[in-house]
Amino acid sequence: MGFYFAQLLTGLANASSLFLIASGLSIIFGVTRIVNFAHGSFYMLGAYLAYTLVTLWSGSVLGFWGGVVLAALVVGLIGLVVELTILRRIYHAPELFQLVATFGVVLIVQDAALAIWGAEDLLGPRAPGLDRAVRILGEPIPEYDLALIAIGPAVLAGIWLLFHKTRWGVLVRAATQDREMVGALGINQAWLFSAAFVLGSALAGLGGALQIPREAVSLQMDLSIIGEAFVVVVIGGMGSVSGAFVAAVLISVLNSFAILIFPQISIVLPFIVMAIVLIFRPYGILGKPGSEAGAPEAPEAPLTLMSPKAMMVMCAGLMALALSPLFTAEFTSVLLVDVMVATLFAVSLHFMMGIGGMVSFGHAAYFGVGAYAAALAVKFLGFGMLPAMAFGPLCAALAALFFGWFSVRLSGVYLAMLTLAAAQILWGVTFQWQDFTGGDDGILGVWPPGWASSDRVYFYIAFVLCVGGIWVMRRIAYSPFGYVLRGVRDSQTRAEAIGVDTRFHQWMGFVIAGAFAGLAGVVFAFSKGSVFPDSLGIALSIDGLIMVLLGGIHALAGPILGASAFVLIEDWVTRLDYWRFIFGTIILVVVLVAPDGIAGGIQRLWRIIKRGAA
Amino acid sequence: MSTVLQVRGLSKSFGGIRAVRDVNFDLAEGEFLALIGPNGAGKTTCFNMLNGYLPPDEGTVSLGGQSLIGKPPRDIWRMGVGRTFQITSTFMSMTVVENVQMALISHHRRVFDLFSRATRLYVDEAMALLDLVSMRDQAGRACSELAYGDLKRLELAIALAHEPALLLMDEPTAGMAPSERVALMALTAEIVARGGVSVVFTEHDMDVVFAHAHRILVLNRGEIIAEGSGSDIRANPLVQEVYLGGGAVFETEASDA
Amino acid sequence: MLEIQDLSAWYGRAQILNGVSMRVGQNEVVALMGRNGAGKSTTMKSVMGLLRQTGGAVRYDGRDILGRASHAICRQGLGYVPEDRRIFGELTVEENLEVGRRPPRPDAPEWGLDHLYALFPNLRERRRNLGKQLSGGEQQMLTIARTLMGNPRLILLDEPSEGIAPVIVEQMARVIAELKREGLSVLISEQNLHFARLVSDRTYIIEKGQIRFEGRFDDLDANPDISRTYLAV
Repeated sequence: MGFYFAQLLTGLANASSLFLIASGLSIIFGVTRIVNFAHGSFYMLGAYLAYTLVTLWSGSVLGFWGGVVLAALVVGLIGLVVELTILRRIYHAPELFQLVATFGVVLIVQDAALAIWGAEDLLGPRAPGLDRAVRILGEPIPEYDLALIAIGPAVLAGIWLLFHKTRWGVLVRAATQDREMVGALGINQAWLFSAAFVLGSALAGLGGALQIPREAVSLQMDLSIIGEAFVVVVIGGMGSVSGAFVAAVLISVLNSFAILIFPQISIVLPFIVMAIVLIFRPYGILGKPGSEAGAPEAPEAPLTLMSPKAMMVMCAGLMALALSPLFTAEFTSVLLVDVMVATLFAVSLHFMMGIGGMVSFGHAAYFGVGAYAAALAVKFLGFGMLPAMAFGPLCAALAALFFGWFSVRLSGVYLAMLTLAAAQILWGVTFQWQDFTGGDDGILGVWPPGWASSDRVYFYIAFVLCVGGIWVMRRIAYSPFGYVLRGVRDSQTRAEAIGVDTRFHQWMGFVIAGAFAGLAGVVFAFSKGSVFPDSLGIALSIDGLIMVLLGGIHALAGPILGASAFVLIEDWVTRLDYWRFIFGTIILVVVLVAPDGIAGGIQRLWRIIKRGAA
Repeated sequence: MSTVLQVRGLSKSFGGIRAVRDVNFDLAEGEFLALIGPNGAGKTTCFNMLNGYLPPDEGTVSLGGQSLIGKPPRDIWRMGVGRTFQITSTFMSMTVVENVQMALISHHRRVFDLFSRATRLYVDEAMALLDLVSMRDQAGRACSELAYGDLKRLELAIALAHEPALLLMDEPTAGMAPSERVALMALTAEIVARGGVSVVFTEHDMDVVFAHAHRILVLNRGEIIAEGSGSDIRANPLVQEVYLGGGAVFETEASDA
Repeated sequence: MLEIQDLSAWYGRAQILNGVSMRVGQNEVVALMGRNGAGKSTTMKSVMGLLRQTGGAVRYDGRDILGRASHAICRQGLGYVPEDRRIFGELTVEENLEVGRRPPRPDAPEWGLDHLYALFPNLRERRRNLGKQLSGGEQQMLTIARTLMGNPRLILLDEPSEGIAPVIVEQMARVIAELKREGLSVLISEQNLHFARLVSDRTYIIEKGQIRFEGRFDDLDANPDISRTYLAV
């Protein structure tokens, strides 16, 4: 009995820190409609700053709590700087650009923290006066956990009072519903946004700072917490702080008991809970319909067929690509295979997002399933390369069939989060199922057979599969299926009113996108000779988003340009020290200078040149 | 004339509030029926039960003898019910003619065709429908550039694509200028007069209602409080009290300005 | 008081306003009439600083306001009531009013809660209800009351009679008369000629982003061609 009670208290203590970070994320999303990936970085910075301050003022109670609070405040200030210099300029940009911009911040903060605090994990001091354990029902409970259990609800109450009993809070709640109207009523929204962003960042910083007596401060804190924080916000309902609290408690307590039965579950449990909650409450526990919508977007222009000139440019490009192995070095061919794989992956993601209107934060799942299915088929079933190459996309399609069925029941940010959950579940399973998938060690020895083993021959195999795949996807985009899919994106009501089963249609769109991502995965697996859990990870999903957005979401050619640019830049940058910092900066520059992507940027540049010439 | 639509005992509550209670009416072939009443009287709820967006708590709705209850909107559409929306709903990223083509593609059950070029399908039929609403000259324009009145006409063309027996129009003239209102409803009346289709519409513009409706139903607090021709309704004291008011803001002799 | 000169506005590449010029005098009620898409709402949004692509000049009390942020324009004493009401559905009636509250101005009538509740008795009964629980007519009242909380001198009313029952429209007419009595200036955009005639002193008719007529309703009656062409009554 006492043991279970102790588990419950541990769960509640975990819930408090999870709630702090999630509440900040929820406030920021509610007010600014920005899905802030950098929130995990604020959490990590809070922990690092608190470590430095508390160590500096070590020993005293005041030094500890003062350090924690000051760390939170400094993180709030950093949030202000980020808001003023970056986000304020892109509130009108498509929401995914905002997401990518915040991911750029993640990269920059990671390298900044590496430069300042080093790569070693840091063990923080305990909280003075709260460094012992008390016995409750015979079990030792850390005093600090009890303090955390009290802090969570206290912060919740504070936020509630702030939002319901102050004019500022009323304004913030009004702004979450209709920002423009709030402006027309005489409120300077810019400062309202900044204030909300500062509050949210400071809460994340506080969450991180309070963690230092409990866990080592490390450079992995940011991305390891952000997934879970997203899940909490989604389960609770985007923009709802009370919802975030309920969700944090639900997840943490469930987790503290579930690990007793099945210790490996903690990686995937939050995502499973989220999937279940969203099926029954599509807007989260306390969310409202409409809360899933991001910033409104202008409708895109109708599709036109390629002009003869563009067709010629494209054919010339393809010819050059096809002939390239004849006059370039082998490693260039290898790099070009990477480009083609990335392009096919980006095109499949664009098919889902741009054409289908379903934003995916976890598209890597289908890439990875394709790659793993092919590798496992080779390893366990003795498949040759070609059958394995057919088997991979098939499995990816099946995975998309399964997860897509859940995902298309939602829309907007919720759908995106569920795709993320799906990818995390698959990643967790792959990572932990050592015997079958090799876990962290991956699967090695997935090489093409002798006849295809030269880089040049494999280049042509990849060329046929990737260019063919891209051609098929384009063809589908122009087909009745693709048009109707765009129709469903434009207006679900109208599509339903002309007899389209909109959900089923989106589901099939999801499956097609998944199958082609799987195709990219198998080409990738055989080109590298191995697969690792990375190929299902968040980072690859975000890479895909960056590629699509670099290219520009409203152009069919966008993903092609974006993926090529991405792979080439990445190939160059990753050889440098502090490449994350450089890459993050590049992302921010692109977002700030060309918020409509490379394709849009080229179009604008072209117009300026034409105007100059005229 | 035969009955196209039969509504019996239609009721719906939301959280204890009875939004619609015991609504009964028939719609004859070729009839142009208006549903009017104050905001919140249950018009939209009624409408949404007819087209399948809301399941009624009680009651039956049948179209040509077939029940519509429990069917999703898309099946109701296939059974021959077209609709236009209070807030126009079209495919904004497509051209005018592509919008109509989408309806035709769905009507001909080709939405899962993966390899034809969508824009080459049913062009002539789509153009003929655009002719019907005088939109042929705008066929190639992007839907997002259209004036509001033209969007409404486009919606009408889309709604007629599968030759429906019944057309449901939710506040068809909302947000239009008087001239456009008259033109749109005259166009609709003309289409009705050609036969084959009956119309139920909700409306706040009494000029439109009195000019075109063959018959008017007045809803208040979820119940039908009056039914009849324009002059019956105008003379009804109860309707005046809850809805029409003194008549100063629509076309009557009683304007005191 | 409000002077619009050669105002142009674009949505993307589509030009909606093409040189609109009009003015609203002290304590005057002016109706801007025209069909949908003619540019009525766009004119109001441009004045209120809600559109980014605009050209020309808008002067309020002699000061140039075009291109300024909408909150700054509001603070000069301009109130805006949007056509689709845009009340805050998740806030109570009283909180909705709180969002609109601004300090009193020396040159404009001051509207406290009591004064507004006297003008809109329904709102007092429903002050603890959420905005989304109100009926369409009540929401229309709330959106006007919310703007009045900012103590404006000039109020822009975008299509106040749209989509509401004739009885409520009559109530709306009484409210506008009351605003004029209190000394406010009002610019309303309208499609309902009967209503516009009932409440306003002068009218402009807009079509394809340009003013096609300006004058009193008597002048309009004397030129039946104009109302037939642009309003078709």
